[in-house]
Amino acid sequence: MLPDLYRVQRVRQETHDTFTLELEPMSGGQQVAAKGVSFAAGQFNMLYIFGVGEVPISISGNPTPRKVRVSPPRFVHTTRAVGTVTKAMGKLKRGDVLGVRGPFGSHWPMEEAVGKDIVMVAGGIGLAPLRPALYQFLSQRENYNRIILLYGTRSPADILYRRELEQWRARFDLEVQVTVDQAMGAWHGNVGVVTTLIPRVSFDPLRTIALICGPEIMMRFTILELQKRGVGKENIFISMERNMKCAIGFCGHCQFGPTFICKDGPVFRYDRIQEWFGKREI
Amino acid sequence: MQIIDRNSLDILFDTLKRRGFNLVGPTIRDGAIVYDRLTSTADLPIGWTDEQNGGTYRLKKRADVAVFGYTVGPHSWKKLLYPSVQRLWRAKRDGENFQFITEDEEVSKFAFIGVRSCELHAIAIQDKVFINGKYIDPVYKLRRENVFIVTVNCGKASGTCFCVSMNTGPRATFGFDLALTEILEDNHHRFTVEVGTERGAEILREVPHREADEEEKAKVEDIVAKTARQMGRTLDTTDIKDLLYRNYEHPRWDEVASRCLTCGNCTLVCPTCFCTTVEDVTDLTGEHAERWRKWDSCFTMDFSYIHGGSIRSSSKARYRQWMTHKLATWIDQFGTSGCVGCGRCITWCPVAIDITEEVRAIRGKE
Repeated sequence: MLPDLYRVQRVRQETHDTFTLELEPMSGGQQVAAKGVSFAAGQFNMLYIFGVGEVPISISGNPTPRKVRVSPPRFVHTTRAVGTVTKAMGKLKRGDVLGVRGPFGSHWPMEEAVGKDIVMVAGGIGLAPLRPALYQFLSQRENYNRIILLYGTRSPADILYRRELEQWRARFDLEVQVTVDQAMGAWHGNVGVVTTLIPRVSFDPLRTIALICGPEIMMRFTILELQKRGVGKENIFISMERNMKCAIGFCGHCQFGPTFICKDGPVFRYDRIQEWFGKREI
Repeated sequence: MQIIDRNSLDILFDTLKRRGFNLVGPTIRDGAIVYDRLTSTADLPIGWTDEQNGGTYRLKKRADVAVFGYTVGPHSWKKLLYPSVQRLWRAKRDGENFQFITEDEEVSKFAFIGVRSCELHAIAIQDKVFINGKYIDPVYKLRRENVFIVTVNCGKASGTCFCVSMNTGPRATFGFDLALTEILEDNHHRFTVEVGTERGAEILREVPHREADEEEKAKVEDIVAKTARQMGRTLDTTDIKDLLYRNYEHPRWDEVASRCLTCGNCTLVCPTCFCTTVEDVTDLTGEHAERWRKWDSCFTMDFSYIHGGSIRSSSKARYRQWMTHKLATWIDQFGTSGCVGCGRCITWCPVAIDITEEVRAIRGKE
């Protein structure tokens, strides 16, 4: 229940309200870069800002950088400043210290995806928890068939990881499509909700694993669209969000039907929660 | 089965105190029987009973000097195993860094006096939540380990009791160190004692006792059988999980929501409700910070708040969450019902919403 101390090593402003922090573990006030961190793609940490509060934030860094099996030295978290804690987090500078508990929760179906087509659908900040999975797929590219990333944001200014997206889009072994809800200025790309991208890409629905993260309404319509293409419910995985205080199943806040998002999720196989996913105010 | 007489109850109390236990049990305060520190048997609600019904609780004088002649009040043992307000840690700023300060907590060794069978089940349910899962709650574990439990088999049921329906009473079958049954006869006020643990046997050795005879053993069965027949409420648990899973959209939820004040009383008096929130605070200098954990209720708007609003903004959704959790999703989460049939939520609901009636209404009109 006691957080570990981490030092901010890098702050990157992603958009006007979204930023990425890179955190290195400290030990007795000294940084231990060699210690590294260990997590699975899709998991989250509880980040504590001194005196302000603690919030669950997904991990968006690379779980297996360069050499496989060597732990990455840092936790990477992309956060949008929307509440008291995340706004305080947005004011952190390199060298500042914060508390970290975790990693917690379930992870994306990396094993199930081996040998399959992979369709990743992200809405807004939902790209952040999917990025570790994409890093891992790309680092073991030969294990997977087609890899597709479909990403929708509100406006061109809200596009996250823009430079990286452009690099990914330049690859021949990865298909990246981006769309915005509202276009302005010099945007010449797709306009429309992210589900409109699904009919445009080619994949084998019977041999596809789909990973979805975004607002619930977006995930709902994405699932419908994928099912229309013939993707089975058991091959669709979604990442859920609820109020969370403890992250270890005691506080009760993150209950979603019979599940606790913190320990049974946040990543769920769709057919296991579909009964609750379709209902309001669960 | 052993017998101790009424005076030996004082000796039992003294023995436990001598062994370093702080006694906690039923006592009268503010017009109700609550659980608090006991110094002697004189602190017990001797000669008192309670009358309970939906939204009603009244103390009444008995015609006798029964020591345990009442049922459960608004308190439950969770307040001792799982304090309503608890500091989890402190931190202090140290230049650009900060440091966490932990202190080894000294926790009293408690002897719980007068725990009822439904409450033993409630404690066993909270054990599943806090110490039998993937994560262990140190606050609960520390307190739970030290507790000595003296159970009392219920000699009467209240108007809101339904432990028979939930299969949790009125006779204690596990989870106690010593189990008493009060036998109140004109000239002979005594208790049968069943020993549940070696620790219980050790304590009993220091209290004058004798073997119970067949007649006394039969009396225990008669007493609990009579209590079982007095249950003020019943709840048909047949297929209850699927019943509620099938009926998330039942019109009855709107009906109950029109009465529910979302005050959260039911969650506070419930002996199994475990939800909490945390508050992070600082002092005026900004140099010290603390994290406190407090009991919370799924009936508040804040409970399900995420950026943009509350997930369960309607009272219908909040009542449905509470009742469906208690009786259905709990089974998937912890392999047991979250309801022990103690009736507290019925008695202490200011508008007398009755969980047994709600289940009946849903079952009756599927």
